[in-house]
Amino acid sequence: MSNLNNQMVNKYRNDFLKEVEANVEEGDWVKMCMQCGVCAGSCPMGPYWDHPPQEIFMMIRAGKREEVLSSTSMWMCTSCYNCIARCPRELPITHIMHGLAHYGKRLGIAPKNQPTLKFSQKFWENLMTNGRVNELKLGITLYFIDGFVQGIKNALAASGIGLGMFKAKRLDPMEILGGHSVKDKSGLKAMIKKAQEIEEARISGNQ
Amino acid sequence: MADELLMGAYICKGCGIGDRLDCGRLETTATRDGKAKFAKSHDFLCSAEGVAMIQADIDAGETNHLIIGACSRRAKVEAFNFQNVTLSRANLREGVIWVRPDTDDARETTQEMADDYIRMACAESKFMKLPKGSGEQPLNKNILVVGGGITGMTAAIEASKAGYPAFIIEKSGQLGGVMAQLNKRVATKSPYAEPEDTTVDALIAAVEADSKITVHLNATVTKTSGAPGRFSVDISTESGATTNLSIGAIVQASGMKQYDANQLTEFAYDKSDNVVTQLELEAMAKAANGGPIKRKDGKEVNSVVFVQCAGQRSDKEGHLPYCSGFCCTASIKQAMYFKDQNPGVDTVIMYDDLRTPGAGGEDFYRSGQKKGVIFTKSSVSTIDASGADLTINFHDKILNEDQSMSADLVVLATGQVPNSGPDPYAVPMELEDDASAEDKQAAADAHEVAIGVDSILNLDYRQGTDLPHLKHGFTDSHFICFPYETRRTGIYSAGPVRRPMDSMQASVDATGAAMKAILEIESAAKGAAAHPRSGDLSFPSFRIEGCTQCKRCTVECPFGAINEDAKGYPQYNESRCRRCGTCMGACPVRVISFENYSVDSIGQQIKNVDIPEEFDEKPRILVLACENDAYPALDMAAQNKLEYSAFARIVPVRCLGSVNTIWLTDALNSGYDGVILMGCQKGDDYQCHFVKGSEMAHYRMSKIADTLKTLNLEEERVATYEVAITDVERTAQLINDMAETVEKIGMSPFKF
Repeated sequence: MSNLNNQMVNKYRNDFLKEVEANVEEGDWVKMCMQCGVCAGSCPMGPYWDHPPQEIFMMIRAGKREEVLSSTSMWMCTSCYNCIARCPRELPITHIMHGLAHYGKRLGIAPKNQPTLKFSQKFWENLMTNGRVNELKLGITLYFIDGFVQGIKNALAASGIGLGMFKAKRLDPMEILGGHSVKDKSGLKAMIKKAQEIEEARISGNQ
Repeated sequence: MADELLMGAYICKGCGIGDRLDCGRLETTATRDGKAKFAKSHDFLCSAEGVAMIQADIDAGETNHLIIGACSRRAKVEAFNFQNVTLSRANLREGVIWVRPDTDDARETTQEMADDYIRMACAESKFMKLPKGSGEQPLNKNILVVGGGITGMTAAIEASKAGYPAFIIEKSGQLGGVMAQLNKRVATKSPYAEPEDTTVDALIAAVEADSKITVHLNATVTKTSGAPGRFSVDISTESGATTNLSIGAIVQASGMKQYDANQLTEFAYDKSDNVVTQLELEAMAKAANGGPIKRKDGKEVNSVVFVQCAGQRSDKEGHLPYCSGFCCTASIKQAMYFKDQNPGVDTVIMYDDLRTPGAGGEDFYRSGQKKGVIFTKSSVSTIDASGADLTINFHDKILNEDQSMSADLVVLATGQVPNSGPDPYAVPMELEDDASAEDKQAAADAHEVAIGVDSILNLDYRQGTDLPHLKHGFTDSHFICFPYETRRTGIYSAGPVRRPMDSMQASVDATGAAMKAILEIESAAKGAAAHPRSGDLSFPSFRIEGCTQCKRCTVECPFGAINEDAKGYPQYNESRCRRCGTCMGACPVRVISFENYSVDSIGQQIKNVDIPEEFDEKPRILVLACENDAYPALDMAAQNKLEYSAFARIVPVRCLGSVNTIWLTDALNSGYDGVILMGCQKGDDYQCHFVKGSEMAHYRMSKIADTLKTLNLEEERVATYEVAITDVERTAQLINDMAETVEKIGMSPFKF
């Protein structure tokens, strides 16, 4: 368990709802849920979740910290915004789901092998290299995300598409050699670093 | 009005009647068969010109009994509104031409239908008298209000504002009732976010300052006799002093009491002082006076759990089956007591279905959530009070798992029990001999429970001391159609004695009941019915020489209007009567009648229908239709151009309860092939305007099989239905079904 996670456990003891309210994006909305279940019924990914948003909110109130933060459920959200559009209490459910996922990740207790989480991490690393997404590299990374042999198989299976995209000038093979970047790469990195510092300070201010 | 019977028949040719029917022949029918003095046709009878023609005849003394053959009696009532004459309407439009096809084949039977309706209207007219009103009671503006809670006080203030003196009878030593025990009330004003002052003190001050309101504290009603407009009420105080009041109408606002939480042993109410009811928490909050709320042992409450629906909405023995409707918002309010004082107090509301009625209910709920009150959808199984703190064992219904939680204090939302008097019908007045032993036992058990309570009104009525109940001990008043009305005319119930409700609803109720009481007072003074036959001046009378003192009328009257004198003869109290005619239907010797509605006024209509010979293949189907629901439904069927058999003859009746079996016997004897009775829904969810009329009719008709057997007729020839006003297609279908049945089983052999 990460150090930060331990600190948070000690700080909030049993009151997970208060922890969520203080640390999770839009977390102070959680208490306003009235358990109607419209979000759960509206979610197109509903059948694939362990816990729909309605249940997640109830679990937060019931103090089920580990279960919520290490749940794969929030990672299943595709940001379709159906739940936000329909929630009679106007909770920003999509944002809360992302906030919870993010918080679990920060504490180091998010589910390790959740594909969305893995993809998000790869995406972020790819993006941070040049300040732009290198689609060729991202694609190849994703082919090999499940091991080398599977990667080769994936690559061969998609070779037709790759060739088509190349012919249509939608794919530049030269991107493999580093690719293009934003104009002020170091400026961007400094900005991101500063943002991370501010967020760290906010969390530690809570400690 | 001259006593001489001068019948004048008017036939309207408008709305296509003239095109479809031979109006000349109808005139002849009216004068020759119906014995009308004259008959006239008019192209447009409800026009100013047509009405003026009729009025001129009345003014000239040509007629005092009008027969109008035009549209339904429910149409053009403003136009055909003449003073000091009786009026019979033959329904030629909705009853004939609109339900029959305009074809050559149908012309003959359609004309016969119209002829019969003219004969029927003439027969009715012959046996109608103009009702005069009894003048039995003067204008008595006094309103008695039983109960001095917010309902009673509001009713008294509203009555006083309208100029009617009110007398509040309060059993305890002070006004205010349950509301006075509260710390604060649920928000009543936008933005519905904070608990508010109860305003009881202001209400008490207003009552005490009002010169038109007299308050009797520590007093009960020991006897109520008489009728609306002339109630004589004895008020007795604890000391034994008795005052007699002369009263016009009564509002019963006897309120509610808390459900007895001692029955909830699973919640350890009987074992721990830290398990309290909502009312007990109100007292604790009052005692805290804005400071931290403390338990009985002096400990400040840091965590509190509210258990909703404690002993409510449950099928368990001894529990309340209903939702009391106020407890969810009350618990939210009480959780706010804690949160407003110290946001650090944990407040959890364990609910099954959270119900927050009223305009601001949802906002108040939201406000509670914003303040940090936790809501958990769960069912509490047990509360363990063995430790220092309480342990609440519950099943989380969202997460579907059993959990437990500890708390300093548990508040039970136990709900309301009405303060009704004993139900006069707890035991059926006369159990049939063939009733099963089980039924008799059940009735006896119910009676045990019901007589356990003190009478509130002590009515000196033949039919019991108090207002009849419907379900769960609440006084009976139709919650949609006739709120506040009870089954005792001139006595109105308001507040939680009528149905479960919160204080805002109780205030609204009080106002409504006060207005109803005023209406009754004014109507009684005129000798008119207040409700539902508003303004009806007719009232039942009986021929004493024919009466066999069988008491059927006094038993069956749904409104307890009829007492018995020393010799056992019925004693009518005109202003208690609602003019339904159930007594008339009940009377086996047919001595009861109204001036304009009697065994003859309907019976002669039935007899004056032309019955063709058996081999004409023209059956006759008598339809006795309740004028409140079934008859309008039939009119609507006509408006929708639904067709039904040309052999049906429809007679509207005030209530199916007024149907005397002699009408059926006569009809079958004189050759009708089928009889249909259409009344309203009966039972607990009744739609009958006269509560029990339809039920009585169904009961009587269940015995008609004997009559049919003696006549050697098939049972299918008589059918009784419960019909709603919306059963437009069904009413027409029922008639057609009967026509089909008659075709199948053949014509009646009784055609002469």
